[in-house]
Formats: sequence, C-alpha cells, structure tokens
Amino acid sequence: MTRGASSGRRLRVLAVASGGGHWVQLRRVVPAFAEHDVAYVTINPSYRADVPDARVFIVRDSTRWDKLGMAILGLQMLWILIRVRPHVVVSTGAAPGCLAIVLGRLFGARTIWLDSIANVEEVSMSGRLVRRFAGLWLTQWPHLASEAGPEYAGRVF
Amino acid sequence: MIFVTVGAQMSFDRLVGWMDDWAERRDRGDVIAQIGPSDYAPRRLRVVPFMTPPEFRDRLVEAEIVVSHAGMGSIINALELGKPILVVPRHGDLGETRNDHQVATARRFSAEGLVRMADSPQELDRGLETLIREGAEARIAAEAQPELLARMRAFATGPRGSQAP
Repeated sequence: MTRGASSGRRLRVLAVASGGGHWVQLRRVVPAFAEHDVAYVTINPSYRADVPDARVFIVRDSTRWDKLGMAILGLQMLWILIRVRPHVVVSTGAAPGCLAIVLGRLFGARTIWLDSIANVEEVSMSGRLVRRFAGLWLTQWPHLASEAGPEYAGRVF
Repeated sequence: MIFVTVGAQMSFDRLVGWMDDWAERRDRGDVIAQIGPSDYAPRRLRVVPFMTPPEFRDRLVEAEIVVSHAGMGSIINALELGKPILVVPRHGDLGETRNDHQVATARRFSAEGLVRMADSPQELDRGLETLIREGAEARIAAEAQPELLARMRAFATGPRGSQAP
C-alpha cells in the first residue's frame, strides 16, 4: 500500500488541522518536512497569512455529531487527496485531520497522527478513532504512551 | 497593555467579567479583550469578538501580560513571544467547553512553571499582581522538540514497511 519514499526524494506532504491550538501545533511540527512540498488543509482562510508561500485548502469544520457536516468534509478531503496525491499525511486534529488520516491511508499515504498536547489525561476521541489508520500514532505525554497504545517521541514545546 | 483572549470557538464570559471587574477596580483603561462569539457588554474593557492571526500576533507583541483561557493556541503563541501568561481554565460543568480538559492542561503547565493558573477572581487578582511585579517566566523555542521532528522525519522517509505499527 505504501507509496513511501527513499531518502533524498522530494515528498508531497499534506498537513491537516482545524483551528486554534490544533493549527498552532501543526505549524510547530511541519519543520520536520522542511525539504519537502507541504500543502495545508485547515478551516479558516485567515490562517493563510501564517503560511504565505504554501498551498492552503480550506474545508468546512465539523464535529462527529454533525453527520451532514462530516459527509461534506469527507467529500472535500477526498477531492484534496485526489489533487495532491500526498506521500505523507500528518495531522494534529481534530475532525478534518481524522478524516484525512483515514482517507490518506486508503490512498496509500504514510499517515502520522499527533494527538494534541491538550489531551493530558487520555488520548482524544479523534485520536482513538484514527488509531487503525495512523502508521505513526503519537501522544505528547509519556504517561499515556504504551506498547499497545500511542508512542511518545517528544512534544511541540 | 493587558491582553485577554478566549479563542474563537466559544464565549467565556466568566473570565471576561472577572477581567472587566479587575480593570474597573484598578482603574485600568488599557485592557483589551478578544471575547469570541459573545454579546458581553463591557464596562471598562475594550472588546473585540475575533481577530485575524496577524492582528492577534500584534496584540500579543504589545501586551505586557496575557490573560487567556487554557487553550493551546493562546498558550503557545504567548510562550513563543516570552510573554507572562495567566490562564483561567474553562469548566465542562459550566458549559464552557465539553469537558474539563482545560483544567488538566492548566494544572500541568502551571506545575511546569510555564504558565500561572487562576480558578477564582481572588486567584486572578493575586496572579496578575505577581505577574506585573515579576514579569515573564518562560519562553519556548520556535518549533517542536527536535526528537519529535526527527521521529516524524524518519517515519516519513524511512524504508518501505517501517510504517506498520
């Protein structure tokens, strides 16, 4: 399934986050892909100002309780994946990231879920939902990491 | 200037009201508050519902002290600029957010010395007093911890098959 990459090749990376803290945390991990082509998906057009040189797709925000919203978001994400064909999908949440990880995996991308640092006591619901689809499933709290659960590799600060 | 921010998603009038009272008591006309989707009628605060990221950044840069809900966007942005920040967590049982995760976050980061936490008007008063006296406690680097970046990079570029959990 993996259209993964040998080192040295330029990868297409799709970086996905909803608003507020999710977006701020995403921007702090994108330097991991500095040598690659990063396109963003988020929910607020004003965030374009944060990444002026990058391609940015705006999607509708939703929650898992809003079925119509999730369906529209799913279609938008599908369209973005068809256009970008990413090798890597990385997300810090929430609903848009969740869908991007699931669909991205089905498209053969390598998928990275970084659960928000705000989830101190347990992994988020979105995080648990994407577990099977995230190739790399990360928490930012060592006490939440385990052999069968998420991995801890550091924090966004 | 003191900058108050509650994020864009939900109002947080409990914090806004506390700060309005504080500004009135201290006779401070330089408290600016971003209050989200709220129709709070301020007495002393200068309020604005939403800000674009550049506007928000400018306010943070100008601020002597930041007072915020315990949202990670606000906390991280303030810490990147080395601003002293006091956080008031939203409470799930008051309908201020869906659960008490902000209480847990605020406790953790105040224990680490990155922020100061207040959960009552009295604590807010004391916290502000201390911050005005002592200034910033911490500043964070511009990007995530190097180990985290390295792990993500290795996963993205590593050999085929390394992705299976």
